[in-house]
Amino acid sequence: MDNKYHEKLVVSSAPHAVGPISTQKIMGFVLIALIPAFISGIYQFGYRAAVLTIVCVVACVVFEYLMNVILKKKQTVSDLSAVLTGVLLAFNLPAGLPYWIAIVGSFAAIVVVKQLFGGIGQNLVNPAVTARIFLFIAFATEMTTWPTARGTGVDATTSATPLGQLSMNNMDMNAVDASNLDLFLGNIGGCIGEVSALALLIGGIFLICSRIITWHIPVSFLATVAVLGLIWGGVDGMIFHLCAGGVMLGAFFCATDYVTSPTLPAGKIIFGIGCGLFTMLIRLFASYPEGVSFAILLMNILTPYIDRICESRMFPVAKKAKGGDGNEK
Amino acid sequence: MGQQGKHLNSIHVSHEKHTAACETEIMAIPEAVCISMSQHIGAPCKPLVAKGDSVKVGQIIGDTDAFVSAPIHSSVSGTVKEITTMRSVAGGQDQMIVIETDGKQEVWEGVKPPVINDMNDFIAAVKASGLVGLGGASFPTHIKLNPKNLDEVDTLIVNAAECEPFITSDHRLMLENAPYIIDGILAVMKYLTISKAYIGVEENKPDAISRLNEVIKEKGHADDIKVEVLRARYPQGAERVMVYEITGKTLKAGELPAQLGIVLSNVTTIAFIGQYLKTGRPLTTKRITVDGNAVADPKNIIVPIGARIADVVAACGGYKAEPKKIIMGGPMMGRAVYSDAFPIVKNNNAILVFDGPQTLIPEETGCIKCGICTRACPFNLLPVSMVAAYERKDVDKLNQLQVMQCMECGSCSYACPAKRPLSFTHKMAKAFLKEATSK
Repeated sequence: MDNKYHEKLVVSSAPHAVGPISTQKIMGFVLIALIPAFISGIYQFGYRAAVLTIVCVVACVVFEYLMNVILKKKQTVSDLSAVLTGVLLAFNLPAGLPYWIAIVGSFAAIVVVKQLFGGIGQNLVNPAVTARIFLFIAFATEMTTWPTARGTGVDATTSATPLGQLSMNNMDMNAVDASNLDLFLGNIGGCIGEVSALALLIGGIFLICSRIITWHIPVSFLATVAVLGLIWGGVDGMIFHLCAGGVMLGAFFCATDYVTSPTLPAGKIIFGIGCGLFTMLIRLFASYPEGVSFAILLMNILTPYIDRICESRMFPVAKKAKGGDGNEK
Repeated sequence: MGQQGKHLNSIHVSHEKHTAACETEIMAIPEAVCISMSQHIGAPCKPLVAKGDSVKVGQIIGDTDAFVSAPIHSSVSGTVKEITTMRSVAGGQDQMIVIETDGKQEVWEGVKPPVINDMNDFIAAVKASGLVGLGGASFPTHIKLNPKNLDEVDTLIVNAAECEPFITSDHRLMLENAPYIIDGILAVMKYLTISKAYIGVEENKPDAISRLNEVIKEKGHADDIKVEVLRARYPQGAERVMVYEITGKTLKAGELPAQLGIVLSNVTTIAFIGQYLKTGRPLTTKRITVDGNAVADPKNIIVPIGARIADVVAACGGYKAEPKKIIMGGPMMGRAVYSDAFPIVKNNNAILVFDGPQTLIPEETGCIKCGICTRACPFNLLPVSMVAAYERKDVDKLNQLQVMQCMECGSCSYACPAKRPLSFTHKMAKAFLKEATSK
């Protein structure tokens, strides 16, 4: 053929256009949504909250980088997932935790839970949540030494969390110093990022409105906690359980981790209900005061099964090729 | 709107309709055209002319006895230079008739308006016109308009949703040739005894909607032809999506709209029927959108079928940058060609030429199981599960997940944050499944 034609054009399969959303952008949105909680954490616990968060982020990113180098994999640091894991881990730690323990936690999250299972998208369980549980059990004293929040106005270096007080006093609501309003605003002891329900709610609603997450998991998680809280202690009990501990952080930011939660809406609702159920089970009957992390971890493990059940309900195994109902919903 | 509040999943794609305001121009006849013998689904045509023969505009140069086929006419007057083969966009070898033009554009004696008395005459005329589905499928129209269960068919849907980015050729058709569209609709309604017709147009073309309504009113058919305003979402123009959005009925892959009592046709196809009945001039030209960041003067242009892409682009100011990627059709479902020597075929509606970042194949990263692909799929399929099933070559699972329902609209790939080639993998999976089940 004549040379006047261009003969070596790029050939690829359709579509020839890609959408604007990328993994990096999604992680970026979640990080933005965590800013209110970060500000509240710094306000309540001072500069150490910021430094501990930075330590976790840097450690997670360095571990991610090194693991990619060691395992000879494509570098994934720029997708921001390691940054997010670092932030979520820090938000699940008391602000006074020694830095080296936080680094151990980052190692557990990135190296053990994430990279050794194949890196982004391949981990079975949420890295931050699992690392927190590991630290919680391995460093029980350090992980339960709660610096006093500025908003409490109490002049002491450490104090108990509302859930801790409840647990130590045979589930007597009167033993809790903080009011429900304090819990909502974050004027309580606790982990860096979990104290202010308000700040987390703002971030969570932002994530739902920007369509990064769907409502299914947070709503079913919170609704389950609310119903059980209502049964346990009326409206006060309901508000208390919704605002105390890690429920808000867990419902909006940890349980909604795409990789470790079900994909289909029905699965997400089962997942959310499960999280709420196990959280309340542990809070009300177990020897630990708080159960959000354990609940999420357990439901993470169940996720492949939930996905499978939902998938086969949507696409039943047909003996003969049947039309199915994929078209209508 | 047809099914208000009830919609299939869809995605938003950037519209990029830069040429919507460009009045259609007519391309000067190039020195040579290259007319493919496979311009439709079904049996390819056999050349009826030989090297050295002189041909005229509208002369039949390719035909076959096969049922699923449509004759091919010369778009120019001139001399047959050679009959050759060329690797097609789909990968096969297509026979091509190369005609050197004489510039006179003499019309063949056989070109005259058809005489039609009944349905059989009408179908014969449509077949003789060489018409195929011009929306992209290129299925011979005379077969589509002649369903076995004709007495059950009561609805005509005209697909005027131009949901692919960049393309505005249907939009310009509606503005410039609306009477032909309505004439075509009336002819189909008359000969197929169909009582109602809908024209599905997206809401981002208000000028086209009002123009169509104007012509419908002029012709006094406001009660049986309705313009349905559809959402400007992708893939609104897909057959099964269009049927659902207008009638609420669900069409499965492999089913024909006629099974639901519907005849569905693209707006350009219908307009051609209207035009053909008046002029008798067979399908030899095509209005296409030429756009993309490497085209100097993007526009809508009527080109002779068989014109090579390079000539068409030259008629649009030429390349303003070295072309790196040329797409026949839209960016979502169009095909990338390896050479600009390819000729325009009947179902082309756009030539898009790009250089720079648009030509890069995005880097794929790990799946984060976000489920965005499933929310993008009009049929609620599970792209991630289908890809996994294909990767382990699991026939049962692919069947269970109904991979054959996938129409390769590309929504999942477009929406995927990890930039995974999901749609392409479905294409592979469908081919694999077909082969596995035919054994």
